[in-house]
Amino acid sequence: MADTQRTVEAAKTRLDSISLPYGGWTAEARAAALARLQSQGLPGRRDEYWRYTRPDTLTAATAPIAVPEQHDEDGVFDHLDALKIVFVDGVFDPQASDDLSLEGITLERLAATAEFDIHWAKPIYGILEMAGQTPVARPLASFNTAQARDGVLIDVKSTPSRPVSVIYRHKDANSDVTLHHVVKVGEGATFELLESGAAAARFNHVLEVDIADRGQFHHVRAQGPDLGCRLVTHLFTRLGTESVFKSFTLGANGLLTRNECVIELTGDDAVAHVAGAAIGDGDFHHDDTVFITHDALRCESRQVFKKVLRNGAVGVFQGKILVKKDAQKTDGYQISQSLLLDGDSQFLAKPELEIYADDVVCSHGSTSGAIDEDALFYLRARGVPVDVATDLLTLAFLAEALHEIESDSLSSAVGERLEAWLAQRRS
Amino acid sequence: MTALDEVIVKDGVDQETVDAVREVGGAYKYGWETEIEMEYAPKGLNEDIVRLISDKNEEPEWMTEWRLAAFARWKKLSEPKWAMVSYPEIDFQDQYYYARPKSMEQKPKSLDEVDPKLLETYAKLGIPLKEQMLLAGVEGAEAEAVGNRKVAVDAVFDSVSVGTTFQAELRKAGVIFCSMSEAIKEHPELVRKYLGTVVPVSDNYYATLNSAVFSDGSFVYIPPGVRCPMELSTYFRINAENTGQFERTLIIAAKGSYVSYLEGCTAPQRDVAQLHAAVVELIIEEDAEVKYSTVQNWYPGDENGKGGIYNFVTKRADCRGDRAKVMWTQVETGSAVTWKYPSCILRGNESQGEFYSIAIANNMQQADTGTKMVHLGKNTKSRIVSKGISAGKAQNTYRGLVSMHQKAKDSRNYTQCDSLLIGGNCGAHTVPYIEVKNNSSRVEHEATTSKVDDEQLFYCRQRGMDEEEAVALVVNGFCKDVLQALPMEFAMEAQQLVAISLEGSVG
Repeated sequence: MADTQRTVEAAKTRLDSISLPYGGWTAEARAAALARLQSQGLPGRRDEYWRYTRPDTLTAATAPIAVPEQHDEDGVFDHLDALKIVFVDGVFDPQASDDLSLEGITLERLAATAEFDIHWAKPIYGILEMAGQTPVARPLASFNTAQARDGVLIDVKSTPSRPVSVIYRHKDANSDVTLHHVVKVGEGATFELLESGAAAARFNHVLEVDIADRGQFHHVRAQGPDLGCRLVTHLFTRLGTESVFKSFTLGANGLLTRNECVIELTGDDAVAHVAGAAIGDGDFHHDDTVFITHDALRCESRQVFKKVLRNGAVGVFQGKILVKKDAQKTDGYQISQSLLLDGDSQFLAKPELEIYADDVVCSHGSTSGAIDEDALFYLRARGVPVDVATDLLTLAFLAEALHEIESDSLSSAVGERLEAWLAQRRS
Repeated sequence: MTALDEVIVKDGVDQETVDAVREVGGAYKYGWETEIEMEYAPKGLNEDIVRLISDKNEEPEWMTEWRLAAFARWKKLSEPKWAMVSYPEIDFQDQYYYARPKSMEQKPKSLDEVDPKLLETYAKLGIPLKEQMLLAGVEGAEAEAVGNRKVAVDAVFDSVSVGTTFQAELRKAGVIFCSMSEAIKEHPELVRKYLGTVVPVSDNYYATLNSAVFSDGSFVYIPPGVRCPMELSTYFRINAENTGQFERTLIIAAKGSYVSYLEGCTAPQRDVAQLHAAVVELIIEEDAEVKYSTVQNWYPGDENGKGGIYNFVTKRADCRGDRAKVMWTQVETGSAVTWKYPSCILRGNESQGEFYSIAIANNMQQADTGTKMVHLGKNTKSRIVSKGISAGKAQNTYRGLVSMHQKAKDSRNYTQCDSLLIGGNCGAHTVPYIEVKNNSSRVEHEATTSKVDDEQLFYCRQRGMDEEEAVALVVNGFCKDVLQALPMEFAMEAQQLVAISLEGSVG
């Protein structure tokens, strides 16, 4: 109790010094989020939900310095035909971005609509986030809703001709960025959202996605590579009848990454897939935390997470499937696997099930181990150098997660980038 | 179990299983009470009560101090709330911590002197202590009479041990098997050396409480190189009302020894819930092996959740030496609330830990149970197989930890846990923690539904079984295996479970 009290006090001191940005249509949600945060307190070391990841650098008053890395490479999705929106250290860059218009969708920036009194995103902004706060509190998401100064608001009425690609760039070693995006996918529409790049020294990101009946949302993001950055993301989504949600994250970010994904299947026959592939080297802590709630008939959910770790890197997976009493015929699948390339790396997993319906199938699996010596020997016997062979087996190991990406061109873009990163590391 | 009769069971669930679960959840067979004059310590918990318990057991000063230190510690702790169970707050001052039959005031020297009412109680529970003792007196007769299978029993009634059978014969082999209170008096050097070394006094709320107020329990010492000539067992019976039972079991298996130990437990049917907080410590030295089996059938409360035992137990085995081996087998059918995680510390190189569990929760029962496998030594192996079945409005949770420390090179864990729900008002939950800190170890956790290992299936089919038979063997073989491995002496309910399969499980 004393601990909770302390963290609540710490949160209060911290929040008292910050004023809520903007009035307008988000004011209500921001005030509610602030009140929520004040009662939750900031996450602390002794929180069960933060058992494997230390939140202190994410909650500290100032962001630890991260010197931006100079990369020659382009963004992972730069070559794709997509509408580009660029944020540099959290600030919208109109020169680098495309014109924000695309047939079938309405695209606005949160900052640009700030003073409006009414807005279509009002029933979503901070609302899906709030729904995702039970049974587990997610104070950093409440913080985001209260504090976010910008983000992208996308209303998808019908399927657009190309995806929207949000590109983040990191230039300032002290940047501390909070962005909040909202996507509303209309009935029967399909939308593809891409995100890439390192955003800031510390980045707090929330994405709320409301998918109407028969809507489809495909999300692919590439985090990093920027080794000094700290990142916490929350993805909240609610799925209508026969809708589809698919999200894939490629992780090569640095010091600390915590990706939370909170999915609520509220319409019958909905499908939600969330996947991730991460490669970690050295000072690298990568945490995937997923919470899927089945609250409708015949829904399907899939979680596929793979991590390759070496030189003391730490991989964390916390996954949960909650099947409510009436969610009969649920099909839930969860797999988390790690490949540990040396004796210093760690994989910490908590794959949970909570089931209240009797006619369901839920399976969860988790494995951890070293590279297959036989396979390595096979390749080496055929003249493949050991490091190349290791990378080849690493790619093969990650392939199952990459297969979760719906679009082939995106899947190969991600695969190629992964290969390039591995090759770079070799040289 | 009318509730189960009305339940529509989903396709694919074996009818025999439903029947067996119904049978287990039916009228509680051990709910009767022994009318016997009892002597109680005053209600409530304070230092005086701790001293009084110590005094009743005629303990030396160091033991009293040990208890008092535990009590001081306990007062600073708060009750753990993380388990998926809910129950009304326990008033620790509103119960008795010590109750013994009046006739036990002078400890009987032999079973001849034991109050016949107590012997009758055990006979009614299926444990004829007297017959065992008589047989023991006639040389050669026992082996013939019990079909070459002997089981020594320590019978614990509320706070005291009533008697222990076959003690003389065990002594010949060098085995010490007696009640804990006796061990503190007779073998203080062993107790002092080992007590609290596996489950420290401050381990957790209930273990600390137990350290302060435990009244009796069993003590086993198997000397180096000795294979215990018979199975050992303790039967715990709660009889007195408003009384908590706090027993302490300590088993020491010295280098190269072997013992199989079984515990059983029952309690009368009452409207008020009763507390049972035990601590079991196993110390397993080099090349030694301990099999520890539990058939837990405490009163589960009625179908509305009234009464029953709150079973908050800490069990842990420390494989101290190389190649030490421990196997926990548990059949959990009783208790209103279960909070129990028999664990293995695999310290010695090449040591092995196994955990097999079948937990059946009916009506309003809540079970949060599982294991911890802590791999510290090289080449250590562990295996976890857990089957949970919920019916009625019961909640069944598997909670487990597999931890591979950095120095536990080349270790291996395999975990499998399945859950089955019968009817739509119950719940099945799985909370595994997996912590891998080296790369030469392999950890596999799977909770599957109908996935059958192709190779195993192929093997069976090659040998002429049809697919259905092969699947039955591979998928359902387990429950039967575990149950057949159990010493069956007082495990009637376990026999009923042989019919159970986890076909149609949810996850």
